[in-house]
Amino acid sequence: MTGDMLINYALGILFFPLISFIVLIFVGKRLPRQGDIIGIGTIILTLILSLAMFGSMLLSHDPGFRHEASFTWMDLGDFEIRLGFLIDNITIIMLLVVSLISTMTHIFSTKYMEGDIRYSRYFAYLGLFTFSMNGIVLANNLVSLYIFWELVGVSSYLLIGHWFEKDSAADASKKAFLTNRVGDIGFFIGLMLVFTALGTFNYAEVFEGVAKGAMSGTLLTLAGIGLFMGAVGKSSQFPLHIWLPDAMEGPTPVSALMHAATMVAAGVYLSVRLFPLFTPEALLFIAYIGGFTAIFAATIAITQNDIKKVLAYSTISQLGYMILAVGTGAYVAGFFHLVTHAMFKACLFYGSGSVIHAMHHALHNLKDHDTDPQDMRNMGGFKSKMPITYWTMLVATLAISGVPLFSGFLSKDAILAGTLSFASHHPQHFLLPVFGFSAALITAFYMFRLIFMTFHNQPKLPNVYSDIHESPKPMVFPLILLSSLSVFIFYTLPYFNPLSDHGWFMELIKAKDSMVPGSPSAHDIAEGMHHSHTLTMILSILVASLGILLSWSVYIKNSVSADTWSKRLDLYYNLSLNKYYFDENYNKYLYQPFLRLANRVSYIDWDLYDKYFINGFGHITKWLSIVTGRTDYDGLDQTIVDGIGRSMGKVGSSLKEIQTGRLQNYMLFALFGVIIIIIFQSF
Amino acid sequence: MDNIAFGLIVAITLGSALMVVISQQLLYSAIALLFTLFGVAGLYIFMWADFMAGVQIVIYIGGILVLLIFGIMLTNKISSVNISHTSLQRRVGAVITLGVLGFLIPMITKTSWLQISSEEPAQTADSIGRLLMMEYLLPFEVASLLLLGALIGAAMLSRNTN
Amino acid sequence: MDNLQTYLYISAILFSLGLYGVITRRNGIAVLMGVELILNSANINFVAFARFGGMNFSGQVFALFVIIMAAAEAAVALAIIINVFNNLDTVNIDDARELKL
Repeated sequence: MTGDMLINYALGILFFPLISFIVLIFVGKRLPRQGDIIGIGTIILTLILSLAMFGSMLLSHDPGFRHEASFTWMDLGDFEIRLGFLIDNITIIMLLVVSLISTMTHIFSTKYMEGDIRYSRYFAYLGLFTFSMNGIVLANNLVSLYIFWELVGVSSYLLIGHWFEKDSAADASKKAFLTNRVGDIGFFIGLMLVFTALGTFNYAEVFEGVAKGAMSGTLLTLAGIGLFMGAVGKSSQFPLHIWLPDAMEGPTPVSALMHAATMVAAGVYLSVRLFPLFTPEALLFIAYIGGFTAIFAATIAITQNDIKKVLAYSTISQLGYMILAVGTGAYVAGFFHLVTHAMFKACLFYGSGSVIHAMHHALHNLKDHDTDPQDMRNMGGFKSKMPITYWTMLVATLAISGVPLFSGFLSKDAILAGTLSFASHHPQHFLLPVFGFSAALITAFYMFRLIFMTFHNQPKLPNVYSDIHESPKPMVFPLILLSSLSVFIFYTLPYFNPLSDHGWFMELIKAKDSMVPGSPSAHDIAEGMHHSHTLTMILSILVASLGILLSWSVYIKNSVSADTWSKRLDLYYNLSLNKYYFDENYNKYLYQPFLRLANRVSYIDWDLYDKYFINGFGHITKWLSIVTGRTDYDGLDQTIVDGIGRSMGKVGSSLKEIQTGRLQNYMLFALFGVIIIIIFQSF
Repeated sequence: MDNIAFGLIVAITLGSALMVVISQQLLYSAIALLFTLFGVAGLYIFMWADFMAGVQIVIYIGGILVLLIFGIMLTNKISSVNISHTSLQRRVGAVITLGVLGFLIPMITKTSWLQISSEEPAQTADSIGRLLMMEYLLPFEVASLLLLGALIGAAMLSRNTN
Repeated sequence: MDNLQTYLYISAILFSLGLYGVITRRNGIAVLMGVELILNSANINFVAFARFGGMNFSGQVFALFVIIMAAAEAAVALAIIINVFNNLDTVNIDDARELKL
């Protein structure tokens, strides 16, 4: 496929969803089926184009492929901003992931959102989101990335708050937006630092400038950390992780699309894209943030009872993995995990959506509005009632737990190998692999806890249980497709070794050297990963099976009682259940002091400054105005102003007589004027 | 002899022009206009413009004047035999007109006009034809368009809408 | 007779008479006659300047164009007057006072 052709495809991929958004937002309600056909049609077109690009990438099989096209957006002399597309293998794979998951979401939503009051609005926002997400992926410079970054934030805001009648949804959308804002400030600072130092936003030119040493040392580290702050916000890393669990207030397909598979992965994508720019110090920072988030979110997920909350914390933890991979230099592994995670996590979310949908309908039929349809304590034994949902979710769970034969094993393995090799070079950072492996253990545990609590054991609510049904076809189809995409074979072709990640993916995505002078080369990192591969494999299989076993013994065999242990570890249990009191502490130590400060300032402003200074001025001015008003009105207005007006009125009414309507009168006047002019001219 | 003829023609022109503007009968005015136009044609001949004189007679008298008389006939009912027409604002009009004249006459008198004497041309149609077809070809074509437009416009305006 | 000013005087008088007619006549067709007089006076000027400017035929060509224009103007003006007559049942232009608000 030629470059121009690619650009045309990319334009199509970018703008088809936007067309759908514009059509649906304006006339969606008046269309048949509220216009969801348009949304689905455009997204399928997008998917076809992405598949075409993907196919051509596989056929040409060129790891170094890249194509760029740009145009000048604003040109103010020295200050020139060019926007454009960058298409390489990472872009193509991301485009495929985004359009695939988005297509699945559209299909899933036709049933899940059936009968919703803002059905067409919902599809319009999905179009907007797909447009902006593809924009992020296609951008070849930081400015367009930033623009689409914010657009993604807006669509996330709109979709989380889709049911804004619920206070919790409205609050969650605000929380997501504002928390992201904190990260985006860092992003913007990083952006400006880069532009000030290098005078360009284009990735390639930025990397070139960094390689030349035009920007180095602390400044580059700060710029890197600033840019990474954007990723922290968007990918919900510690300490800005608080918004993602609340974002589960949005419709479940939206959670699958945005808050599991694509949008939150944008932060990882950004870190992967900008990897050559990060200094070793910045990378270390990134690695610790990622590693800590991975373990930290996993420990919260253990105790959550809301099925979507578990998945939300699991997502945060997995994103932490990816960020950790970027930080340790194994950013290809991070990107690999992004892709595999998108598939199985979307599948898990659709599965949870399917369960919630079934619960919701059963509760609705029982006229029970108090029971929470998302609480796993109300479920149990759904295996026989919802076999497809069960088996697909089980596959995805095996994948996320890192069991061999599934995609998650390959990518997680690569990341853990990266951390191990990093730690072997820098023994003082031994914590990073510890974080990684223990997070893997906990992940396996809590994911199987979810499966066991939902699908196994005896039903907790028998009357609800009797009314549970398998979800309709449009909801089951995405589950089957995505769960089959969680099998290792789709990522290792043309090889069939379930224990090695060697395949088309690793052949087409080759790690690039960091542009920062003095960093380890991509070759060294790959070498180190290769050495630690076997050890990693053994360890990760070990922790995964340990986690699954533990979960089995607790929730199936009941040989270990969860209640006893939670009592024994009371302090820890409460910490985890309450998410380490992050929201409360943020509230107590950040928002409340800030509010108090704001109150002080407003007291100074209102009660001191305004009352005496401003109001004093006001009184004096008012008094002065009364005086001037009197002189003005009685003195000037009555005589001079009104006088002129009256005389004008008189002149006017006398002149009015001239307008007779007789053409010849007018002509006479005109001639009269001519004669007057002549007389003046001749003297 | 020439002078007498010239004087006579001038008298006919101006006298009948006066009749045109003060006559009480519209048809009389039209007849007076006929004489005025003839007089002007005569003046053209005195100015060696015999082609122009011909055009004046053919177009003005044969075309425009006939058109005017048609207009008079069409806009007066048969019952109103006396096709009289009165005037208005006569006094003011006279003053203004005299004012204009009083400006023009001194101006003509005072100005020292540049005059180039020349031989009487053998024929004028030839030279005018050449000018029209060469130097003034574009205005000529535009004038033909103007006439076409006027023709269509007049037909549009005066057709019976019922 | 062989003097430019003579013709200019004639033209000026003819112009004034035409002007008087245009201003004072009540009947639309009579106003049109006044206009014809004015146009004729202009034509006399053109031809006279051509005659005494070294027999320059351009003046006569312009007079010709004026006649063409006069023909067009007369046709349109008469059409308008007939239209006015059809609509208002009069050709007296001071009865057609739609210009007054």
